Order: sequence, then C-alpha cells, then structure tokens
Amino acid sequence: MLDIALWISIALFAASLVLNVFRLAIGPDLPDRILAVDTMYVNSIALIVLFGIQLNSKSYFEAALLIAMLGFVSTVAVCKYLLRGDIIE
Amino acid sequence: MPTWFYPVLEGVIAFFLVAGGLFAFIGSLGLTHLKDFYMRLHGPSKTTTLGVGCVLMASMIYFRATTGHFSFQEMLVSIFLFITAPVTAHLLSKAALHQKLVADNRTRNVPERLEVAEEPDEVNAEASESRLP
Repeated sequence: MLDIALWISIALFAASLVLNVFRLAIGPDLPDRILAVDTMYVNSIALIVLFGIQLNSKSYFEAALLIAMLGFVSTVAVCKYLLRGDIIE
Repeated sequence: MPTWFYPVLEGVIAFFLVAGGLFAFIGSLGLTHLKDFYMRLHGPSKTTTLGVGCVLMASMIYFRATTGHFSFQEMLVSIFLFITAPVTAHLLSKAALHQKLVADNRTRNVPERLEVAEEPDEVNAEASESRLP
C-alpha cells in the first residue's frame, strides 16, 4: 500500500512541477514567474522528502531544509528588487 | 508498539502521501489556469503549502515508526515553510500592486489605481445607452 501511495504522490508532484514550468514559460508578467519559481522550490522540497522515504534514509532532509531557506531568501530578494529597485539599500 | 498497529500506521501514511500530492497538484493547477495574478497567488500560497505539510507529516510518522525515534528535520522544514509562505505571498502581492498588474473583472476589492481588464457590465451599459436615441 505504501509503495503505491508513494508512487502516486511522486507522480502528482512531478505533474505539478510540469505545470509550474508551464506557468514559468508563459507567465505574462514578472511576479507570475517569481511565483512559479517559488512554487517549484516548495514542490522540489516535497519530492526530496518522498525520495528520502523511498530510500529509507534521512540524509536528504538537510538538503530540503537548505532549499527551503534559500528559496525564501531568493524570493524575498527578487521581490525587494521589484519593489524598491534595489536589494540592499 | 504492538504489531497490529503497523497496518493502521501504513494506512495513515498512505493517506497523508496521497492527500499531499493531490493538494499540491490542485495548487499548481490553480497557478496554471486562473485568470489574473491576484487569483493565481491563492493556489501556491495556501494549497501547495498544505500539500507539502501533509507529505512532511507522513514522513515524520514513517521515520518515527521505522527508526523508533522522533526525527526533527521534517518538523523544522514544515515550521519554516508555514512561517515563510505568508511572507512570500505578501511580498509578491506588494510587488504586483507596485507594478500595477491588470486585474480581472471578477477579482474583488481592487484598488482604484489599478486598471481592470474588461468589465462586461459597464461595456453592456454603454452599449445599451448608445443604442438609445
């Protein structure tokens, strides 16, 4: 049961990554593209966690934590750049 | 832990995994299909965060059941995601308002300085007025 649920979940997350890439390609404005990249960060965190469950090892979760922190910082930096025209004033 | 408890745990983990995948897929579907940016912001900022939270919860239960001790990394990741997702959405909406992105006419509470894409009610009203003699 766990194997089937794991594969269903992996397939759904991969499909949502494809949809995010679609929005990243066609997004009419810059905030759309930033939002698509941020959603891709979140979905890739979930994919890494699913990979860790499948391999039965916890050594990938530090990578998930790093991706979470760097994704948040980069999104905030790009938003600040759009808002103020500068990142560090 | 008694042995009859493991199938129950397996069912709970499978439920959380499938629910998380469905939530994330619905959020990305909203990101792809909705009309304007202010609607599109809802999908990833709420639904995808809940989906990833479900997957992290499933991983926490799984590693608690297999290794026997509580794993703290998933808790850290989920706390961090649940704190940062509203901040990201707020900053993105501020950037979109600053750039004056066009809002769809079904988006409610649009500020006055934003332009709205097409308003069929106003267009119809003007057309009916112009049809009057």
